[in-house]
This record gives sequence, structure tokens and C-alpha cells, in this order.
Amino acid sequence: MGRYVFKLPDVGEGTAEAEIVAWHVKVGDVIEEDQNLVDVMTDKATVEMTSPVSGKVVTLHGEPGEMAPVGSALVELEVEGAGNVKNNGHAAPAPKVEAKTEVPATPASKPVAEKSVTPGKPTQPSSQRPAFATRAPGEKPLASPAVRQRAHDLGIELQFVPGTGPAGRISHADLDAFVASGGQSMVLRAGPQLREGVEEVKVIGLRRKIAEKMQDSKRRIPHYAYVDEVDMTELEELRAHLNATRREGQPKLSVLPFIMRALAKVLPHYPQINARFDDEAGVVHRHAAIHIGIATQTANGLIVPVVRHAEALDIWQSAAEVARVAAAARDNKAAKDELTGSTITITSLGALGGLVTTPVINHPEVAIIGPNTILERPVVRGGQIVVRKMMNLSSSFDHRVVDGYDAAEFIQKIKSLLEHPAMLFMD
Amino acid sequence: MPDTIHCKVLVVGGGPGGYVAAIRAGQLGLDTVLVEADRLGGTCLIRGCIPSKAIIHRAAQFETMAHAAKNAVPGIVLAAPPALDMGALVNWKDGIVKKLNTGVAALLKRAKVRVIEGWAVFSDAKTCKVETKEGARLIEAEHVILATGSKPVELPFLPFDGSGGGKVISSIEALDLKTLPKKLVVVGAGYIGLELGIAFRKLGAEVTIVEALDRILPLYDAELVAPVTKWLKQNSVTVHLSAKAKGLDGGALAVETADGKTLKLDADNILVTVGRTPNTEGWGLENMAVDMAGRFVKVDERCATAMKNVWAVGDLTGEPMLEHKAATQGEMVAEVIAGHKRRFAPASIPAVCFTEPEIVSAGLLPEEAAKHGEILTASFPFLANGRALSMDAGEGFVRVIARKDDHRILGIQAVGTHVSELSAEFAHALEMGAVLEDIAGTIHVHPTLSEAFHEAALRALGHAIHI
Repeated sequence: MGRYVFKLPDVGEGTAEAEIVAWHVKVGDVIEEDQNLVDVMTDKATVEMTSPVSGKVVTLHGEPGEMAPVGSALVELEVEGAGNVKNNGHAAPAPKVEAKTEVPATPASKPVAEKSVTPGKPTQPSSQRPAFATRAPGEKPLASPAVRQRAHDLGIELQFVPGTGPAGRISHADLDAFVASGGQSMVLRAGPQLREGVEEVKVIGLRRKIAEKMQDSKRRIPHYAYVDEVDMTELEELRAHLNATRREGQPKLSVLPFIMRALAKVLPHYPQINARFDDEAGVVHRHAAIHIGIATQTANGLIVPVVRHAEALDIWQSAAEVARVAAAARDNKAAKDELTGSTITITSLGALGGLVTTPVINHPEVAIIGPNTILERPVVRGGQIVVRKMMNLSSSFDHRVVDGYDAAEFIQKIKSLLEHPAMLFMD
Repeated sequence: MPDTIHCKVLVVGGGPGGYVAAIRAGQLGLDTVLVEADRLGGTCLIRGCIPSKAIIHRAAQFETMAHAAKNAVPGIVLAAPPALDMGALVNWKDGIVKKLNTGVAALLKRAKVRVIEGWAVFSDAKTCKVETKEGARLIEAEHVILATGSKPVELPFLPFDGSGGGKVISSIEALDLKTLPKKLVVVGAGYIGLELGIAFRKLGAEVTIVEALDRILPLYDAELVAPVTKWLKQNSVTVHLSAKAKGLDGGALAVETADGKTLKLDADNILVTVGRTPNTEGWGLENMAVDMAGRFVKVDERCATAMKNVWAVGDLTGEPMLEHKAATQGEMVAEVIAGHKRRFAPASIPAVCFTEPEIVSAGLLPEEAAKHGEILTASFPFLANGRALSMDAGEGFVRVIARKDDHRILGIQAVGTHVSELSAEFAHALEMGAVLEDIAGTIHVHPTLSEAFHEAALRALGHAIHI
């Protein structure tokens, strides 16, 4: 029997360290060659580390969330034969590196909902309580008929009573303890229930990337927010008609591809907005191509896949491309160039669009567009109150390189196109 | 104007739901009146559980002797086959019923319950009129407990005519037959039809069973039912599955079989046991403003109906239609009326089929349990149980189903001779919230059938001793 030390290999592109995201083995596991050991995340991608040898896991180095330098020991295995430590101390054969193509987020707006990356453990409640088996919602509490009747008499729902017996069974003593601890405030039937406990959720992996990017954007960029309302009535009619008459194989159109078309038409006149600002070098890179980032909520958090060369896509192609890259991002299958290089970003919350948003710019871009919910609203047209489908268009600009006047004019051009959708299709 | 009786609690129906409610109400000092048109005791006592068990017991004895006469019972030699005196058998059964019936009357009396013989008809939720031998009585009550029970379902194309001398009978007439039918056809292979069909087979009748579904005892899984199927086969009971009774055809029962053919089954009696339906008609239920749940009266977990202070228990409130459920509800409702805080929330309502062999089930069947998560299932055969072998009862097994993660027991079933008596331990284990280790850690007396439960629990834990 020998000992084999698996060291974090150079995962490429000059990375000096990687974050441990998730262990796939634990001490004592007997593993096969090529079995996935651990996911690590670099600035560029999440990478699955597979074992070059078969053996038994003896030691794991590092917790999820910790940074491991390249070359440091990650896993120690007990292996048949000599291993790689005792005899010669040579490094392991290069492990197989498979990029999972989950590139860190380039966040564009505030995440909709906080979702923890790893399930946290509840910390000990503040008051002294015996350890107990927690019950999933809807799971029947175990207790004898006498205990059930007594709890019922006391007006206590056993669902909330910790049980110390096998399988979480509730004894008379458990019920006594519950009552003594003031559990009666959790009395059944009516009213809100008291809960205790604090969950610690480590901010690691993608969530940490999102946090860093957001902080970076907000700290570096003086955001300039601008909102105007857009009459979407005509565009909505056109959209409904297009959707009703679309050919087989054509994707269903949301508002998004129309906005992409509008951007593609207007941005060439505002090169300072379709740009990336390298503020350390003091250079604005104005891009001829329009690569639109599409803020996408995934199970792990916010990811911004990119629709490349939107200027060369028609409305159907735009819709299809958005659907494709968003699905790829959700399924963790997006290629690296589908997750980087955007020159402007759209963040749309769809039905959750709300009245106004103040989107966070996807650094180093300089602008982000956030359409809000389309609502029928009474508006005045020619002295009459009429019902129109109105949508607010929120936006943020990097005020260092985009002047407020230009930003406003830019949004007004977008608005004009959206209100006269025929213009979207004319040169 | 008829005399008006005022009372705190009026119980309608003298079956196990009603009489237990009345006794408990009386014990609690509530002024209680019970109205019953027939004898006290209800379906269970008079025309169900008890009389059928008497006949099933005698049938088993008769069968043993018949076997002995064929030299099939080692150690017992009978020179001639036993003779059946059906009349005497029914009289003996009636004697047991009468004893219990009188017993119930005495218990009610001791609890100071006034029993009024007659048929109650409600004009509103708290008022009814009863025609008694002494004339009409009006009863006005603060609380009304409805316990009217259920009756056998009649097939429209096969109406019961047994009481008028015809051959189509329900379970009620089947328990009062003065002569043994030479050929008996049972329509419906639920537990009532099978219990009676098997008993009559043991008494010497030729029995054929017709079932519309593709299996007998459809409430249970195939493994549990297999020993019963085996017995039927070994004892030449023909079972037509997926077959539909169509009606009488010149004294025979016309049956459409699974392959679409029509069979004519000769029969001296046709026993129709296709289910039971609640007694909801003919007593003014429609005037009481209670809500219904299908055919049944809708009740909450305290057996309260939609009408304030009107309660309903037993078969009237839905499945399962079992004596022990009705009695538990009756007892509870009396306590609720007396101001106690009670609810009907049992961990299980165990059920027993007195077939050959017997079946008992408490809690969830494996298929149901598996829907809620990963389970452990283990059974122990009676073939490896000494007591079972010493009673010629090696057929069958005890099976336990537990959650895989915390070993809490979710369901327990058994099939085998006399396993009905194991039902109490099964139900108790479930009510107490037992885990497998609790059963494994309980000494079970040797030699008894109950050891099979102990071994099943051990087997689920991976270390059975005797298998």
C-alpha cells in the first residue's frame, strides 16, 4: 500500500489559486480512477478534478470556500502499489482537467432572490433545548395516544414539539420541556408561529463571484439612472400578430428581441455607450460589434450569457439566440465565449419587472437597460383619457464616460423606435 | 300533541357507534336518549361481525371433522363424516346474538340512557318524531348524534328477494339460512363475500365467486392475498375475475366473463356482497341542513357536521365501515359534547378479514408507504414459526414496513390462521410510534404466532434469527 497525494494542478491561463467549490468524496471513500474528486473555481471557470488513480481517500485538504494554491495537496489517497510519495516524491501525473464551462458570473443587476449555494447548517438556537429530530413540513410527529391527547388538551400542535425519542418520538417529558420553555407561545390553531435559529450560509463559488462583481461595479462606477415610459401598444399588437402567425420552428417572441433590435439600430450613433471602460488604463474601448449580455437567473444565481453580434441578427434570430444562450446558462452548458465579452447588457425580470429598477452596470461595460412590466394604464392622448399598454424603461450609465444628456437622448431614441415598431424594420 | 321528551343528547341508532356514544354520554352524566327501531347492537352485533364469526368458527370445526373422517387429520379418527344441522347452528348463533343484545341493553340502562324503540324522523336538526308502540313521541335535544349505519348495496338487476323466499340474498339473510345451499354463488369478492363464501364452502356448499375487478380483496396487495387465493383453489372454489353478474336467467345467474362470454351459474342462493351504503334515507336527514360528502354525511375531525350540535359517527360518515371506527368515534363525540377536547386522529384503523387464512392490516401497505420515501420491508413466514406449525397453520407470514432513515414503522400486515389476534399489537405499535428497534427489543412469548412479528422486525434490521 502506498500513499498518493493529489495536488491542485495548474488549471491554465496563469491562475495561481483556485477556490474549492464542492467535494465529491469524503474520507474513507473508495474511489475509482477518473472519479470526480472536487470542483474548483478559478477566475475563469469551474473545473472538475478527477482522480488519476484508484484508491481510498485518507485526507481532504480545505473546506468549500477556501482558496487552494496551485501545487498544494488537495487529496491524499491510499493506493495499491507505491503511490507517489514514499518512494520518489515526484509529483502526480497530470490529472485530467475537464472544464465544466461554468464561467463565473458577470452580474448585471441585483439578483432577484438570494439563493444559497450550499445548504447551510442551522446554528444552535439561543435558548437551551435538547437536541431533537426536526420534522419536515407535513410529516406526522410520532407520539403515543396519551401524549397526543395531552398535547391536544394543552392546545399544542405536536408538529412544533421537539422529540428526543427514536425517530424523533415525542415523550411526556418532551412535552413538559416544551411547555416549560414557554412553547405555549407556539400554540396551535391560530396566529403566527415563533421560529428560532440562524442559518449560516457560506458565500462561496458563484455566489462569491456575484458578490465581488456587484461590489466592484458599485464601488467603481458612479451610476446614473434614467427612466422613461414607453407606449408599447403598437409593439404589443405587432408582437401578438407575429406570434399568432409565426411559422413552425420560429420561436415565440418576447419583448426582448424588439429591444435588442432597437439597441442594434441606435447604438451605432452612440459609440460611447456600446463600450467597455478599462478604468485602470484609462481607456474606453468602443466596440463596433454589439454583444448583448442577457441577465439570466439560474439555479445557482445570476449569470449573464452573451448574444454575440446582435447587429447582424433579425428579430427571429435574436429571439432564438436569447433562448439558446439562456438555456445553456441555466443548464450549465454555456461555452466560455458565450459568457464573456458583452458590450452592453439587458436585464429583464419579465412578469416581475416592477415599476422601476436601478440596474447595476456589468463592469467594465458602461450601460445597462432594464425594461419593466408592461401594464395597461390610463394616459392622456389628444385631451382624452385612453387605455394604453405602458412600460417603463429603466437604465443605468457609467457617468464617468457617458454624459447624462447623451444617455437621455439615447433612451429617447430607443423609446421612439419601440413606440413606432415599423421603424425597427426599416433602414 | 304527542308527549315531548327533552334531553341533552339524542342518539339515533343502536349500533356500535350509537350505543357506545350513549353509554359514554350517560357515564358523563348527560341526559341521553337512544332511539333504535330494531334490536340494540346494530349491524355488527345482530347481522354482521358477531353472527358471521360464530358461523365461521363452527364451519372451521366442521371442516376439521370432515377432514378427520377422510383420515386427513393425523391422530383423530372419525368413523363417519359429520352431519350438519343448519337450524341448530343458526339457533346457537342467535343465542350469542341475544346474549350480547341483552348485554348492551343492560349497559345502557346502567348508564341511565333512556332507550326508545321506534323509527325517528327528523323535522329539523334537533327535533324528531318517533312512532312507538305506546304512540308517537316528539324528542327535542340539545345535541344529536347520528349513527344510522349502513346496509348492503343492492344491484338493480339482481334485487334482494331472499326474505320473500327468493334466492338472491344479502349478508343479512346469509346468516339466517335455515338450510345449507348446495350451490352458492357469491357476487363480489370483498371481505364480506369471501368470509361467508369460505365458511359455506367449509360447511359443504359448492361455492363460486364472481368479481368485477381483476383480483379478490382489492384493498390489499397480491402478496397478502395469495394464501387466500391458494385456499380457494385447493378447495375447488371457482373464482371468476373481471366478470360481471348480469341478472337471473331462469334461476341461474348470468355472468359475462372477462373474454366476453356469457356463463350461466346454477345456484340455490346468490349472495350479493358488492359493498355497503350509508342509511341516509327515510328519517329526515334532508331536514337537518348537514353537508354531505358524496353518499356520506360530512364531518370534521371531531365528527361535527355542518349543523351546530349535530354529530355523526360510524358508517354514515364514510369508509372504512368498521365497528371499531364507529365505536371510537361514538365514545369521542360523547366526550366532546361533555366539553372534553378530543379529536379523531388515530395512527391507524386496523382491519381484519376472517377469510381462510385470516388477513390483518394496520397502517400503510408497501406500495402506499413507498410513495412517502425510502422504506424497508421484511416478512417472516409462519413456516418457520413453531406455534404455527403445531396448529397446522404454516401458511402465511407477518410483514413489517418501516421508514429506511429512522426505522419508524409505517405498516404491518399478516396473513395466516388466527392472525386477527395479532391486530392489537400491530395497532399498538403504530399508535405508540414504534420503531423497528422497539419491536426487536420486546420479548415475544414462545411459542406464539406473535414471534413472527418480532422476527419480521429483526429481519428488517438485517438480523433475523430463525430464517
